Amino acid sequence: MDFTPFLLSFKLAGLTTLILFVLALPLSWWLSQTHSKSKPVLEAITALPIVLPPSVLGFYILVVLSPNSALGGFFEDLFGVKLVFSFTGLVVASCFYSLPFMVQPLQSGFESLNKHMLEASYLAGKSKVQTLWYVALPNIKPSLITALIITFAHTVGEFGVVLMVGGSIPNETKVASVAIYEMVEVLEYGKAHIYSGIMVLMSFVVLLSVYIFNHQQKKIGIH
Amino acid sequence: MLRIEIQKPLQGSQGEMKLDVNFSVQSGAFVVLMGESGSGKTTLLRILAGLEKAEGNIDVEGVSWLKGKTLLPPQKRGIGFVFQDYALFDNMTVEENLLFVQNDKTLAAKLLEITELSQLSKRNVKNLSGGQKQRVNLCRAMMNQPKLLLMDEPFSALDDKIKVKLQEEILKLHKVFGTTTLMVSHDAQTSYALADRILVLEQGKIIADGTKEEILVKKETMTYSLIR
Repeated sequence: MDFTPFLLSFKLAGLTTLILFVLALPLSWWLSQTHSKSKPVLEAITALPIVLPPSVLGFYILVVLSPNSALGGFFEDLFGVKLVFSFTGLVVASCFYSLPFMVQPLQSGFESLNKHMLEASYLAGKSKVQTLWYVALPNIKPSLITALIITFAHTVGEFGVVLMVGGSIPNETKVASVAIYEMVEVLEYGKAHIYSGIMVLMSFVVLLSVYIFNHQQKKIGIH
Repeated sequence: MLRIEIQKPLQGSQGEMKLDVNFSVQSGAFVVLMGESGSGKTTLLRILAGLEKAEGNIDVEGVSWLKGKTLLPPQKRGIGFVFQDYALFDNMTVEENLLFVQNDKTLAAKLLEITELSQLSKRNVKNLSGGQKQRVNLCRAMMNQPKLLLMDEPFSALDDKIKVKLQEEILKLHKVFGTTTLMVSHDAQTSYALADRILVLEQGKIIADGTKEEILVKKETMTYSLIR
C-alpha cells in the first residue's frame, strides 16, 4: 500500500494553512474593523470559492498560472518555477480555494470581541498590530483553532481544483483524493475502500477535536 | 488646565442634535458630567479620549489634542479610561492587565494595595466579581499615571455596598495621584460624594455648571430632579 498520496495531502494542507494564516490574519482583522464601502466587495470576493464550482476556479487558476500567461511566464523565466502541474501550483491553488475557511472564522471572532477592550489597548498606547497580537488573537482562541483546523481539513479534502491545476503526477501532485478517483476509475475498489475509509476517519477525528475543544473553552468561559 | 471646545452632530434620544460644549477644567479637579441618557455625555468623554472624531479644540496642559479636525491619536494622549463594562483583557491575569499598560511592577503593586486586590493579582480577570473587575479597571486606567482620568458610569453595574467601597477607592487614588478627573454619572449620591464641580448636559449643551451644592442641593435649580 502506497501512502505517498496521503503524505502529499498533508504537506499541501500544512503549507496552505501556514501561508493562509499569514495572509488572512491582516485581511480578516481589517474586515472586522473597517467601515469602508469596499468591505462588502472584498467579503464577496473572499467568499467566492465557497460557491464557485471547483472547475471554474481551477480553470481560471490554470489560465492565470500557465507558462503562457504573464504571471506564470514571469515565475518560470525568473525562478524556473512551474506553477501548473506542479506541487507549487497546488499550494497556490489551495490558497485561493481555502481562503474563506481561514478568513471567515477569524473575522467573526474579531467582530465578536468587545470593542471597548480593543480601545482600552489603544488607550494604553498600543498600536493596532500590538493590539491584534496581544489582545485580539488570544481572546478568539476557539475561532483561531476552528480557522486553522477547518482550513487544513478542507485542503486535504479538495479534489476538483487539485485535479485541474495539478493533474495526477505521482509523488508530485497525486494527492489522496485524486488517488481515490483513479482507483475507482480502474475498478480497484479494495484500495479505494481503504483510502476512503482513512479519509472519513481522519476527517471525523479532526472535526470531533474542534468541537470538543470549543465546547471545553465555552465551559471554562474563554470564548 | 484643560480647555475644551467641541462641536459634533449627534443622533440623540430626540432625533438629531449637536454636541456643542465649551468649558475649562482646573488641573487636579474632579468634575462629574450629569444629564439624561442620550444627552452626549459618553460621546464627550470618548472625544476627549480620541476614540471619536469631532471638530474644535482640546488643549491639555498646553498640548493640543484636537485642533480643527486634526486629532492626536488615543495612543499618544496618555489617558486613563474606566469603561462602564470593564473591558478588561480577558486573556490576562489582574497583574498582567496592569503591566500591559506600563511595565512598572512597583506602581502596579501600589495600586493593587490601595484597592485591596493584592491577593488576587495572579487570578485571571474572567474569574472576578463585577466589583473586583471594576477596581482592576480603575487600577489599569491609573497605570500610565494619566494627566486625565475619564470614567464612564463606573458604578452603574454595582450594588450599593460595593459602590461605596469603590467610591472610597476612587477618592483615595484621586488624592494620591492628583489626577484631573472627568466622570460621567447618573447617580446623584456618588456624584455628591466625589465631585468638586458638576456639569449638566442636555441635548448636547451644558445647561448647568457649578459646585455640587449648587447643582444637587438647591431645590430651585432645574436639575433638582436628578436627586429625586
